[in-house]
Amino acid sequence: MKVTLNVNGASHWLDLDTRVTLLDALRDHLKLTGTKKGCDHGQCGACTVIAGGRRINSCLSLAALHDGDEITTVEGLSDDELSDLQSAFVAHDGMQCGYCTPGQICSALGMLGELSEGWPSHVSETLDGPVRPTREEIAERMSGNLCRCSCYPGINAAILETAEGS
Amino acid sequence: MTEELKIDGPTQARPEDAHAQGVLSREAARPDGPLKVSGRAAYAAEYLPEGAAHGVLVRAPGRGKVRLANRAEVEAMQGVLCVLHDDRMVRNAAQGTANEAPVQGVEWAEYVGQPVALVVAETPEQASHAAARLRVEAGGSKGAVTPGEGEVTDEDVTTSETGDFEAAMREGAQTLDATYTTPSHVSAAMEPHAAIAEWKDGCLTLHSALQMLKFNRNEIADCVGVDPGNVRVLAPYVGGGFGSKLGISAEAVAAALAARDLGRPVRVVQTRRQVFEVNTRRSETRQRIRLAADRDGRLTGLGHDALASNLPGEDFAEPVLQASHFSYAAPNRRLRQSAERLFRPASGSVRAPGEAVGVTMFEIAMDELAESCGIDPVEFRLRNIPETDPERDVPFSSHMLAECLTEGSHRFGWADRPAATRQRQEGEWWIGTGMAAAFRVNLLMEAEARVRLSPEGVVVETDMTDIGTGTYSILTQIAAERLGHPPDRCEVRLGDTDFPPGSGAGGSVGAASTGTAVWLACTEIRRQLAEAMGCSEADLTLKDGRATCGNRSLDIAEVIGDGPLEGHGHLQPGKALKKVRQSTFGAHFAEVAVSDVTGEVRVRRLAGTYAAGRILNPRTARSQCHGGLTWGIGMALTEALEHDRRDGHAVNRDFAEYHLPVNADVPDLDVEFVEERDDWAGPMQAKGIGELSICGSGAAIINAIHHACGVRVRDLPATPDRVLAGLA
Repeated sequence: MKVTLNVNGASHWLDLDTRVTLLDALRDHLKLTGTKKGCDHGQCGACTVIAGGRRINSCLSLAALHDGDEITTVEGLSDDELSDLQSAFVAHDGMQCGYCTPGQICSALGMLGELSEGWPSHVSETLDGPVRPTREEIAERMSGNLCRCSCYPGINAAILETAEGS
Repeated sequence: MTEELKIDGPTQARPEDAHAQGVLSREAARPDGPLKVSGRAAYAAEYLPEGAAHGVLVRAPGRGKVRLANRAEVEAMQGVLCVLHDDRMVRNAAQGTANEAPVQGVEWAEYVGQPVALVVAETPEQASHAAARLRVEAGGSKGAVTPGEGEVTDEDVTTSETGDFEAAMREGAQTLDATYTTPSHVSAAMEPHAAIAEWKDGCLTLHSALQMLKFNRNEIADCVGVDPGNVRVLAPYVGGGFGSKLGISAEAVAAALAARDLGRPVRVVQTRRQVFEVNTRRSETRQRIRLAADRDGRLTGLGHDALASNLPGEDFAEPVLQASHFSYAAPNRRLRQSAERLFRPASGSVRAPGEAVGVTMFEIAMDELAESCGIDPVEFRLRNIPETDPERDVPFSSHMLAECLTEGSHRFGWADRPAATRQRQEGEWWIGTGMAAAFRVNLLMEAEARVRLSPEGVVVETDMTDIGTGTYSILTQIAAERLGHPPDRCEVRLGDTDFPPGSGAGGSVGAASTGTAVWLACTEIRRQLAEAMGCSEADLTLKDGRATCGNRSLDIAEVIGDGPLEGHGHLQPGKALKKVRQSTFGAHFAEVAVSDVTGEVRVRRLAGTYAAGRILNPRTARSQCHGGLTWGIGMALTEALEHDRRDGHAVNRDFAEYHLPVNADVPDLDVEFVEERDDWAGPMQAKGIGELSICGSGAAIINAIHHACGVRVRDLPATPDRVLAGLA
C-alpha cells in the first residue's frame, strides 16, 4: 500500500507491504539505519523514535499506521553539529557499544517533553504538580530503554545536564 | 619492518612515563562517540546491498530426528526463493577461539531450538511469514536435560590436591560446608546476531556481528568449505558481545550457504528469541565450597567442587575454579571441576567465564566463614592473602588485593558498619552492607597491528573489534602518545580481516594485547624517525607533530620526507605466565534495602575499587566497570535463564521474561582505580579491565542482604520469594 512518511522534515512516498513495521520502513526502505532493532517486540527501546511528538517503539507500529505523520529519528537531531543532548552523551560516556544509544537519545527527548508538560511518573511526589527533572525521575522514565553495556550512570548524567541547561 | 615482542619476563624500562604528548592514561571521549550518537555507526545488518534476499532461521521444536513436513508447500509461497536444509549449517555458535567449524548438521536436533532450516525470500516479511509456516517435526531423543542427571566422563573431571584437605576439615576451629547454585545466564547484547553474505568470483564477503575476526574467518571458511584466504569478514561496529559473538554463529553460516546457492547477497538476522538459544549461554553451576580456618581466622583448608554442563561435542566447560586456585592462602586444598552432558542449548563464554560465578559464590562462602569466625569480612580477607601462588609455587607478578580492600573500605565508609545483622530498619526496609573481593586472571593473546605515519597524520589498522569496550579510544591514545600527535590526527581502523590480525575482543585481552601490538608498531616508526634524525630512539621526543633530538627540532613531516613511514607490531605471549601468577584484583562494597513485607531487594549503593595495571583511559575503563557492576546486580537479583524440566528448552527467552537490570535498578556507581604498574604485563604495564567488576560484585549484594535482614541466599538469583522464605 502507498504510505507517505514525513521523516526529519523530508517527505517520502513509499509503496509497502502492509506487514512492514515503521522500524523496517525506516531502516530498510529509507536507509535510516540509525534507529536500531534490538528485540522487535517492544521490550528494549532501541527502536525509539518520535512520532507525532511522542516517543514510540517503532517496531510495534506498522508503517501503514503513520501515513502522513511527522517522524523524527536520530538522524534528524543534528546536521553538522551535534545537539546538546548528543554532545552530553559523548562527554559523559553515555554509550559503549552504541547500539541502544539512538533509542536512548530519542527516548530522552520525548521524556523531557513529557516532564515539561507535567506528566507524573511512579516516583513523582504529586500527580498534578510540575515535575522536576531529578535523577530519580529520569531513571524511572528511561527504564524502558535497556542498555546491556550498562551506561545508565552516563546516560542519566547526560540527560540531567541537558535538562538543567535548557 | 616488524617489531616483535614475546613476553618472557618483566619489562624494566617504562619509557612511556617520560612521553611528551600526555594523552595516554588520561580521560578522553570516544572518537567513535559522535558517530554512535548520530546514528552513523553502521552495524552488521545495516550494509544491505542492492538485490539482497532475506533469510529467517527455522528451529526444531523438539529433540531428535528432524523432518520438514511441508517443505514444498513453503517453497511455493509468495516470494520464497529457497528452503535451505543443509548439513553444513551449524548446531550452535562456535566457542571462542575455536578457529574451526562448530558441530554441524540438521538431520538431528540435539536441543530444542536448534536451527535446522533457513527460509529465504525476496523480502523480510515474506521470509518471516513463510518461516512461520514451515512445519518441523523432531523427536526421539532421550538425553538428560536436568543438572545432576547428565553423563560425566573421566575426561570431563579435573582435580587438583595440595596437602591433606580432609584432615584440615576435621581439625579446623571453624569450618563451612555449603552448596551454592547459579542458573544459566545469557549475554543478551543489544544488537542481535546478524550477517550479510555476498559471493563474488568464489570469494565471500561477510558483514557479521563478531568479536574475534581472525578466528571467525577460519571458522566460516571451514563451515562452507573454502580457503580462508577467499573470505573477508567485516565488523567495524559491534553492538555488544559479552562472549556471545566470540565464534561464528548459525545466521552467518546459513547466510553464506544460501547466498552461494542463490547467487545473490543474503541477509540473516537472528530474532531475539533465537539470540537467547542459538548462541552460547553461561552454564548453570552447582558449587560445593568447604573451608576450614584456625582460631586466628587463617584458612587451613580450601575446597571448591564445581559442576557445569554442556552439549556433547563442546570442549568448553565453565572454568568455575579459575580464581580459586590462587585467590586465598590455605596449605590444604582440593579443587574439583566436572562437566556433565546436558541436552540444553550449548554453553560457552559469557562475560568473565569462570570467575563471574566462581568468585561470586566463593565470596559468599568467605562471608559466611568470616561471620562464624567473628572476624570482619575485610579483615578476614586481608589475613588470607597468599604470599605466593598457593598451588604452583611461583610469585605473583603484582598483588594489589590489600590495597583495593583498604582503599575501597575507606571510600565506602565500611568502618561504621555494625558487625551484627538486622541492625538498621527504615519503615518496612532492612538496610545492610556487604563486601566481596574481586579476582580475574590476566591473559595476553597474540596480536598484530600496522601503523602508518604520513604528513597527514597517523593511521592504525588491525582486525581487532570494538564491541563497546573502547578500543577505538585507547588505540588512538597509544598511537598519539608514541608518535607525538594530537589524538584528532590519529585514525584507527578496525574490524576488517584485510588488516593485520589483532587479538580480537574477549577475555579482557584486547587492550593489553592489541594495544601492545600498536605500541610495537609505533616503536618501529620511532626507530625510523630517530635514524633520520641521527639519534637513538630513546633520545627522541615526539610532541604535537614535532620531533626533537638533543638541540634539533623538526616538523615530523620534514623528517618523513617522501613516503609514509610504516611500522608493524607483533606481540606474542611468551613464558611469563609460567614464571608468575598474574591477576587483576578488586574490592566490592554494596548497600541494600530489603523489604520485610515482600522480600524485594533494592541496591542503594555499589562501589568497586580495582587494580588492573596501567589504566589507558579512565573514562572508558570506568564505563566497563559500571557494566560489570550492573551485571553483578542482575546476577544477584534477577537474571536466570529457566529451562523446562521436560525438554530443557529455554522458557524465558526474551527481554520481557529474562530480567536485565534497567535504569531504575542501578544506583550511582562508585568506581575507583588503584595505581599499579605490572612489569610482567608488557611495555604498557596494562592489564584487562572489562570483566573484573562482574567477578564478585553480586556477592557483595548477597552478603549485604544477609547483613540487612539475616537471610543467607545460596541459590541465585535472590528473588523476592527466596528472600521472603528466609524472613518468615
